[in-house]
Amino acid sequence: MTVANSQETMPAKAPLSENVTWLLSRMTALATLIVALSFASPYFFQTGNFVNILKQASFQFLMSSGLTIVVLTAGIDLSIGAVLGLAACVGASFLANGQIFYGVGSALLVGFTCGLVNGSLIAYLRIPSFIATYGMLWIAVGLSFVFMDGQVIYGFPESFRVMGSGFIGPIPTPILIAAILLIIMVITLNHTKLGRTLYAIGGNRNAARLSGMPVKFWEMMAYGISGLLAGFAGLVIIARTGAVDAGVGNDLLLPTIAAVVLGGTSLMGGRGGIVGTAIGALILAIILNGMNLLGVDTYWQIGVLGSVTVLAVLADDKISKHIDMRG
Amino acid sequence: MTELSIQNGDPRKVWARLGDVPAALYLLVILFVGLSVASPYFLTQANLINIVLQASVVLIISLGMTLIIITEGIDLSLGPVLSFAGVVFGAALVAGWSFPVAMIAGIVAAMLIGGLNGYLIAYHDLQPFIVTLGTFGLAMSFAMSISGGESISGLPSGVQWFNDGHILGLPFPIWATAALFLLTHILLKHTRFGRYVYAIGGNRKALQLAGVRVNLWQTSIYVYAAALAGFASFIMTARTNAAHPTVGMGLEFDAIAAAVLGGASFSGGKGTLFGAAAGALAVATLRNGLNLMNVAAEWQSAAVGVVIIAAVAGDAIRGRT
Repeated sequence: MTVANSQETMPAKAPLSENVTWLLSRMTALATLIVALSFASPYFFQTGNFVNILKQASFQFLMSSGLTIVVLTAGIDLSIGAVLGLAACVGASFLANGQIFYGVGSALLVGFTCGLVNGSLIAYLRIPSFIATYGMLWIAVGLSFVFMDGQVIYGFPESFRVMGSGFIGPIPTPILIAAILLIIMVITLNHTKLGRTLYAIGGNRNAARLSGMPVKFWEMMAYGISGLLAGFAGLVIIARTGAVDAGVGNDLLLPTIAAVVLGGTSLMGGRGGIVGTAIGALILAIILNGMNLLGVDTYWQIGVLGSVTVLAVLADDKISKHIDMRG
Repeated sequence: MTELSIQNGDPRKVWARLGDVPAALYLLVILFVGLSVASPYFLTQANLINIVLQASVVLIISLGMTLIIITEGIDLSLGPVLSFAGVVFGAALVAGWSFPVAMIAGIVAAMLIGGLNGYLIAYHDLQPFIVTLGTFGLAMSFAMSISGGESISGLPSGVQWFNDGHILGLPFPIWATAALFLLTHILLKHTRFGRYVYAIGGNRKALQLAGVRVNLWQTSIYVYAAALAGFASFIMTARTNAAHPTVGMGLEFDAIAAAVLGGASFSGGKGTLFGAAAGALAVATLRNGLNLMNVAAEWQSAAVGVVIIAAVAGDAIRGRT
């Protein structure tokens, strides 16, 4: 089920009409949300709030960017929130002593390692990605709790906290970081051999293999990169909050997946991309911001996230089937 | 997965059974021997009954999970579905509804989520894990908003009575679990429903060509699994004598572990209820043993995570040779 029907030849990139339909549907969603919320709440249409939304979207984008790569290869990473949490906890233990280099390095290493374990189970042992990463989810949660032993770690160096809560010029640092990551990933995915390989693994695995691409290796690396970026996102998040406990990654899975599918990346692999995820993160941030401003009970957040995820998958499925039928 | 050759999903294949059941049984035997040596409390009648009681909720959920995995699906929402059903049951009782009506309300609540799962998966051909992850959130929100995020206590005394009652030395919940196992077994082995469960996992296209309303049957599998989770919520509610909105957290995970340990395979058409039951007992024994050795709950989950991956990896390696 993780592997799309391999006999089918799917184009590595979606046809133009699909891109146009996709862009139209997202712009409509964005415009509708913005107009509706502007009427519904007097606090929404204000510069301060927009900066808030952009910041929130930036954090969301950092979390969802790695997952996008995995989803492009027709996989899923359910462990992303838990791995982010574990990496943040391990990193924080060094950061609290002022050891920025070891703190950042260890967090990235933990994320990368968890991702590589996922990736090797999936690429080489052919375990379905949702089950391998689901197991990893609970392993990472367990390790975080054992590592933290019920403690909260706080007191990071100011020079580190700039990453999450500082400004560079007039721009909040996390927005800048997200923008830079977006540019790097656009270039990597669209203009390098690695990008083409990742699209090909998800779009047409057999063709990729037959054309001599090291499919298994790069499929594994996709999860490795996803874990690495999760570790990075974890660092930025604790730089913002200034403290970390074992539960830091608990509720991050559903929004992370929601941003990717809202961004139109197909769970069947090979279609979509990182720009979509950035837009998905923005839509998600606006929805959550709107719910906050309208005073919707926080109990409903996870339900709304779940519904939005399923609706986005359903809508894209209908759109692509419709276009496929017309040829 | 693609490397596995999927035959016609015949459950009577001897090699399939020989290859499937042991993972759970091996683990059970190892745990029993190891824990008997490690802890003097392990091999006492009270503790053994306790293990079976602990296993009962997971066992019931794993029955439905097994059916779903046989059809190449997964249901991540069953934990929150159990919470949701329990909260509806509890709220209905507190509101003064009679037992049967409150139970029906709880089951119907669960079945609605199951129906939504099945509808989206079968009729719209969406991936099971993403659909059930979405309804995971939905069921959780329902449970939280009905209960206001708090435990619903002050339930009528009948709830406690169900947990404490015994027949022939065994607590009621164990009998209820056995009854649901038997019911599911009969459904799977002796009805059209059961034949279609295997056929959907083994060869969906052929079934469709034969004129069977596959989508409807597939939906009903998710509805049945959710209904089982609803039943399990009564046992859970009785055990704690309260309905808590997050009580089902992670139960779907143990149920998946139980089904997988019992030999259910994600490449479809394979899986047995006996295996799932043995798997549920193994998971409960593992948690019980780690409890006896004062290992934290989160660490236990990590152990179950390793066990799941090991079982699936074993299955993948076996499937390849």
